[in-house]
Amino acid sequence: MNWSLILNWAFVVALVTAGIRLAIPVLLAVLGETVTERAGVLNLGLEGVMAVGGVTGFLVAYLLQSGPLAAWSSWIGLLAGMAAGMLLGLILAVLSISLQADQVICGVTLVVFGQGLANYVYRQAFSSLTARVPGLPALPIPLLSRIPVLGEILFDHDATVYITFALVYLVWLFLFRTHWGLSIRAVGENPAAAETSGLNVSAIRYAATLIGTALAGLGGAVLTTIQLRMFREGITGGRGWIAVALVIFARWQPKLALVGALLFGLADSIQYRIQALSQVERGMGTIPYEFLLMLPYVLTLVVLLYRTGHSEAPAALGRAYDKSAD
Amino acid sequence: MSEGDTVARPVAKRLALPSWLVAGGAPVAGALVGLAIGALLIRLTGADPLQAYATMVRGAFGGPRQITDTILKASPLLLVGLGLTAAFRARVWNIGGEGQYYMGALCGGIVALYCANWPRPLLLVTMLGAGVAGGMAWALVAAVLKVRRGMSEIISTLMLNYIAILFMQYMARGPLQEPGGYLPESAQFAASTRLPTLLGTRVHLGVLIAVLLVPLVYALLWSTPLGFRLRAVGSRESVARYAGISVEWAIVFALAFSGGLSGLAGIVEVSTLHTRLKAAISGGYGFSGILVALLGRMHPVGVAIASVFFAALIIGAQSMHVVSGLPDALANAVQALIVLCVLAADALARRRLNA
Repeated sequence: MNWSLILNWAFVVALVTAGIRLAIPVLLAVLGETVTERAGVLNLGLEGVMAVGGVTGFLVAYLLQSGPLAAWSSWIGLLAGMAAGMLLGLILAVLSISLQADQVICGVTLVVFGQGLANYVYRQAFSSLTARVPGLPALPIPLLSRIPVLGEILFDHDATVYITFALVYLVWLFLFRTHWGLSIRAVGENPAAAETSGLNVSAIRYAATLIGTALAGLGGAVLTTIQLRMFREGITGGRGWIAVALVIFARWQPKLALVGALLFGLADSIQYRIQALSQVERGMGTIPYEFLLMLPYVLTLVVLLYRTGHSEAPAALGRAYDKSAD
Repeated sequence: MSEGDTVARPVAKRLALPSWLVAGGAPVAGALVGLAIGALLIRLTGADPLQAYATMVRGAFGGPRQITDTILKASPLLLVGLGLTAAFRARVWNIGGEGQYYMGALCGGIVALYCANWPRPLLLVTMLGAGVAGGMAWALVAAVLKVRRGMSEIISTLMLNYIAILFMQYMARGPLQEPGGYLPESAQFAASTRLPTLLGTRVHLGVLIAVLLVPLVYALLWSTPLGFRLRAVGSRESVARYAGISVEWAIVFALAFSGGLSGLAGIVEVSTLHTRLKAAISGGYGFSGILVALLGRMHPVGVAIASVFFAALIIGAQSMHVVSGLPDALANAVQALIVLCVLAADALARRRLNA
């Protein structure tokens, strides 16, 4: 293997830049699930929510790209992806909050439903498999993007990257510095006490579930509509499940979620880059690409090895709250 | 989950209905609502839902050939679903059936490729045994991570799915590729590896094993100390622990058992249908198997009925696709919809009681 190909500045810069981009869809899902789980609701359905958000965003952007709304097609697609994610979230909320069905079972079933629905819609809507959407242009931030190295890595992305980074801060602010965030955390720690102090546990859990699935749906839409600019079956590739794992890794903290998502993005980016390189540099073909593709999944397992023990989990996570039980 | 039992009994008492009727009522109602929503999905594409469903029924049950197809499709679902029934009863959420299926197919397939000249009974036993062992070993990775490091089996089995599928892809393209072949797949298995069939039909030994496992899993769960322990761990882990039951061993057994049956499904399906190793050997059986176990209310007989029903949905959707061009992905969506409806019906029944 020719290491000089890997260990040079241009390569590292490209690697990290791509890593940041690839972290965005997962990061959105992790942020959303953090809010949901803080309210005590375990949504394992993220993978299905992302698939439905992804197909909806892509389909809407595709249909609008040649109409009068062409200039806004990507943005409307993203909003549609959020809305579709919330619709799936509503199913989960009714089942697991109102009807108090088992959250693990509901979540897993929701994944199969979301994936099946996304594939059905996609195959029904597109006869050709080469449909593309325009995506969003890079939006270099004036001055900042001219800083050597850092400028390229941090300040030369499309708008969804900046918005997502802002959301890390905003979600933290929301959860830990606002009255609403306090209510959400109270409901997730001790719903009975929260109810006694006048909070509507069901309503707050509904809101947290819908916020979470809106962000996961947005994550799916960013992946298909902005980044890959296409859809295919299984396009989310386990990102929803990885997001569930990263919430545990991040100990239900938005800032650590950023770290986890960036780790995942880097692994994904390394995998892509080495694959691309091995096509140029034949000596590198010694690593079969399947093993590179395994990297994000193996990384998720390794990372969780050192972050288990759920003492920091919201105390009422995954448990239905029955008002009449006490 | 013992909800099936706890719901069914009090409702039956109040309405003076036999408990099996109440237990079966929710799945049937759920199936009807699920199919109705599915009809809506078909209608949205402009096609005629009744006609589409008629095509599906004909495709799944229209003649001896179709019925055989449905039975053959049901057997991997039944194997995966029966294994998961034991695991879910212990509240061990193995959602890695897909990966365990692949590892079973891989291990059994290697035996089929390299031991084809062994005496046939020995070959078949070794092949099926390797399939079970492969699936079991893959599930045990998750068991070790769970027992030793407290890692959620939901996440670990799921990640192991992706790793197993990629590993199979590599093996089929690399070390096991057919010598001189161009496609990413192994050589075809020798004729000696085909499972014996019954009375001149295409129904093979794998189907027979799956059917025989229905009473065996029932006996395991309700007539052995091991089954009692599994169910005890599933209903109240802390109480089970207090009563001296080793929760850890129950978890290990639940994962090994369900993994082994998924692995068996893998080698049965590969040796009878695909007859070679390649990346595309599963129609998502690992996930459909989860739904089968849930719809069958984690009871072996229910799982058997659910597996035939879902197999009919899959086979029917394929013929609907051929006839009317509707995507057969509809089958997956409708399967999940049905289970969602059943979950809702169960929960509603429970709430009605509490009110």
